[in-house]
Amino acid sequence: MAATLKDATAIVGIGQTAFAKRLPQSEKELACRAILAALADAGIEPSEVDAFASYTMEETDEVEVAKAIGAGDVTFFSKIGYGGGGSCATVGHLASAVATGQATVGVAWRSRKRGSGPRPWKNTAVQLPTPGQWTRPFGLLRPADEIGMLARRYMHEYGATRDHLFNVAMACRNRANANPAAMMYERPLTREMYMTSRMISDPLCLFDNCLETDGALACVIVSAERARDCRQKPVYVHSVAQGLPAQHHGMVNYWNDDPLSGPAWTAARHLWKQADFGPQDVDVAQIYDAFTPLIPLSLEGYGFCGRGEGAAFTEGGALETGGRLPINTGGGGLSEAYVHGFNLINEGVKQLRGVSTAQVPDAATCLVTAGEGVPTSAILLRS
Amino acid sequence: MTTASEAAASAGGLLLPVPDEDGAPFWEYAAQGELRVQACAACGRLRFPPRPCCPHCRSFDSEWRRMSGRGRIWSYVRPHPPLLPAYAAQAPYNVILVELADAPHIRLAGNLVTSADAPLDSVDPARLRIGARVHVVFTETGGMAVPRWVLEKS
Ligand SMILES: [Zn+2]
Repeated sequence: MAATLKDATAIVGIGQTAFAKRLPQSEKELACRAILAALADAGIEPSEVDAFASYTMEETDEVEVAKAIGAGDVTFFSKIGYGGGGSCATVGHLASAVATGQATVGVAWRSRKRGSGPRPWKNTAVQLPTPGQWTRPFGLLRPADEIGMLARRYMHEYGATRDHLFNVAMACRNRANANPAAMMYERPLTREMYMTSRMISDPLCLFDNCLETDGALACVIVSAERARDCRQKPVYVHSVAQGLPAQHHGMVNYWNDDPLSGPAWTAARHLWKQADFGPQDVDVAQIYDAFTPLIPLSLEGYGFCGRGEGAAFTEGGALETGGRLPINTGGGGLSEAYVHGFNLINEGVKQLRGVSTAQVPDAATCLVTAGEGVPTSAILLRS
Repeated sequence: MTTASEAAASAGGLLLPVPDEDGAPFWEYAAQGELRVQACAACGRLRFPPRPCCPHCRSFDSEWRRMSGRGRIWSYVRPHPPLLPAYAAQAPYNVILVELADAPHIRLAGNLVTSADAPLDSVDPARLRIGARVHVVFTETGGMAVPRWVLEKS
């Protein structure tokens, strides 16, 4: 038997809660609501769930979730590290488990109260050891500072400008303006607003940063065979990959030979090697956007353009609907919700079902990526 | 609840480095006014951040090699609030990444200041430039010596 994940499994259910700066429910309740919504979407009973996957930064665990939703015996569970880098790997791990017979119905989820909760970077005690001893005393405190350092160098090396970063912010905001579930629904962005907004970590301004969000999302994965009997049109998991490059250092990837060649490059090599199609065949992409510079870096890493060409790629409306590569069609982390990238997975599914609020006509292939700048993951979805 | 290491780490407002076992020698040499980087005792290659084993030849023997203390700014950011209080008080300040003259791929994060004990925002932002030549100085704070960087006279 050929050991391949290619189209062996499918996402058959997606669910989400409201997205807001503050929600009254606990993370646990939000998780349960999103998971139950995803199962209802799939038409699968919660008692049939036998696999779970989430992020190591997820604070609700599978024991509590399984108990609350009334899952049956669980035979596979997995947690993936590195914050937003884990998003797509949750689907990848479940696809592997289902394809190899370790489980039959997998649920991946992320629940987060980042909008009303504490900011992780304020926890100075846990963040000072390696590599924090080399960065935090100098005031490199937040992810925006850490990525801002790479962004400045990228701009210097390749002539990227704040206008390029604006192109990214604008594409996400324009899609969110059409998405009633997005936090930035009906809240347009202009170039003037962008250029005059306050700096967070120069060169990154307010609009280069993702949203502070409370919310939860989940999806359901079953075998391709079982998917044919589900309520929704199956969205096949075509290829999956994780990426931790040699000599990588996480958010502060300052010490290898080439800090601008991040984990996207590593994940991409494996992702495309396992796929029947290439970057030129991708109809729509959901690219992890905790910060705008991650988009040009990812466009390069995943092979949509050459090294150093990611900023120029954003010109001429390329990322907009009808452009060369429409991205983050729900609004992404910048304008829909920042739930560690899980909304990008569900939006990819919506596109391939044909029900996105910014539908790309006849979209049949979608790339979804996880956090760039940390050990990452990615999936290729196809209808 | 405040742990001992957290209290030490916030002495004087700014965070102090909390060395791990591998990084401790760096800070001990810094206390003597020396900028030293871990090198493999077997193959001689430098590595940063410090770690137990050489990624090139897997030797566990290491030594700490003294650097000239000169470098160039590889990149920089200027953090604005919200920040931890002691940093917010000096914001926007600079954080620079210095590529060492002696070891091109070893880049140390730090602050560009007008003199060792000057505030983090003491240099005119207009003088921040990728490629600018800098050299290390050390400032004493909370019982530790922390490297800072000043522009070379041009
Ligand atoms: Zn060696």
